[in-house]
Amino acid sequence: MAVTDATSHSGSHAHLIDTLAADLKPVKPLRAFVLRAGVWLGLVAVSASILALFADLPVMAKAMTAAPDMWLAMFGSALTAVLGAIAAFHLSLPDRKPFWALLPLPGLLFWLGASGLGCLRTVVEMGAYEEIFAEMRDCLVFIVGMAIPLSVALILMLRRGYSLQPNLTGMVAGMAVAGASVTLLSFVHPHDPSVIGIAVHSAGVVMVAAANRIAGGRIFNPRAAHD
Amino acid sequence: MPDKGKQAHYAETDRQWSAWMALAQAGDSRAYDALLRDCLPFIAQVARGQRVPADRVDDVVQDVLMTVHRARHTYDPSRPFTAWLRVIAQRRAVDVLRRSGRQNSREIYAPLAYELHPDPAAGPAAGWEKSGLSQQIGKAVSGLSPGQREAVEQLALKDQSLEQAAMVTGRSKGALKVNLHRALSALRGQLDNKE
Repeated sequence: MAVTDATSHSGSHAHLIDTLAADLKPVKPLRAFVLRAGVWLGLVAVSASILALFADLPVMAKAMTAAPDMWLAMFGSALTAVLGAIAAFHLSLPDRKPFWALLPLPGLLFWLGASGLGCLRTVVEMGAYEEIFAEMRDCLVFIVGMAIPLSVALILMLRRGYSLQPNLTGMVAGMAVAGASVTLLSFVHPHDPSVIGIAVHSAGVVMVAAANRIAGGRIFNPRAAHD
Repeated sequence: MPDKGKQAHYAETDRQWSAWMALAQAGDSRAYDALLRDCLPFIAQVARGQRVPADRVDDVVQDVLMTVHRARHTYDPSRPFTAWLRVIAQRRAVDVLRRSGRQNSREIYAPLAYELHPDPAAGPAAGWEKSGLSQQIGKAVSGLSPGQREAVEQLALKDQSLEQAAMVTGRSKGALKVNLHRALSALRGQLDNKE
């Protein structure tokens, strides 16, 4: 830290500093990322509570008890949403290392692992394809329908930061939204996962993550925002 | 013992910078000015530590200054400022290295070829022609609209970057680009007519 060498900077820096100091306006420091992540997760919790009011909870509990992999998968998707949101809020700050993107991976592995177990089990039991296809379509519509407002809320909150890794931030935010949407889906779709069901879930997750990544590339890119 | 003294000096500097940044967040431009000037050697040192070539260190410094300005609301005064600045400087250094890597893959460094290339404009009457031409250009520039003239002055004559010009003029980068483009078209038209 050669602070004493402050006189060696070139004139262009001095000119830029003069301009920046002249342009200075008071700013409100960002609230703690835990609080900001908590607000978004609170929004997800409120959505879950509303869905729980309309859901057939006894049927849901019965289905989950019969197939432990289902609640394990639900736990995994919820964990992905929580860890993904925390990681996304970290990545929206300029001084955070990209390693924060690894934070939601345990939840994601848990989620995909439990879904895979359920998938293997239902390969043997599966029969009525028409019914499964109809359910899958409804699932996809629900996931995308939930993902849009959750994405908008998350993007608006993350925009308050200043990410130097906009694509990574968008990708992790997509993971959090996908995890939250699939967790909420469990309230209205308390059935066994199936091979195709998991494929549709994955497609939904990829769609949300990709949409967020594409949007994130522009939305969180500080340079683009000032062009 | 000297290490302890050094650590105390670092800690004191960090406290000072954190305090200046907190004041800057509240709008104190004098504290902000002092902070940015004091940080310059530190930013350059981080850039050199990331193996940024000497001729690119200034680019990193400028990028970091702009980033600090735009991201100043994300700094938490309860955390060390030096660590915050170091990560930003490291990331901007990597950005500059990537940018220069891409540039080097497209361009070649041939100083001899550059020196030996004959200047087609150099001739006995070049000075006289140039003085006439600069008068013509000056006259043409003064005939432009204020926005276009500003764009030409900042971007072409003063050789400012788009970001700097936007700061100075208070116009957006897009508006500056459009004004420059229109100004160049207008100047080309005027100069072609005179020829």
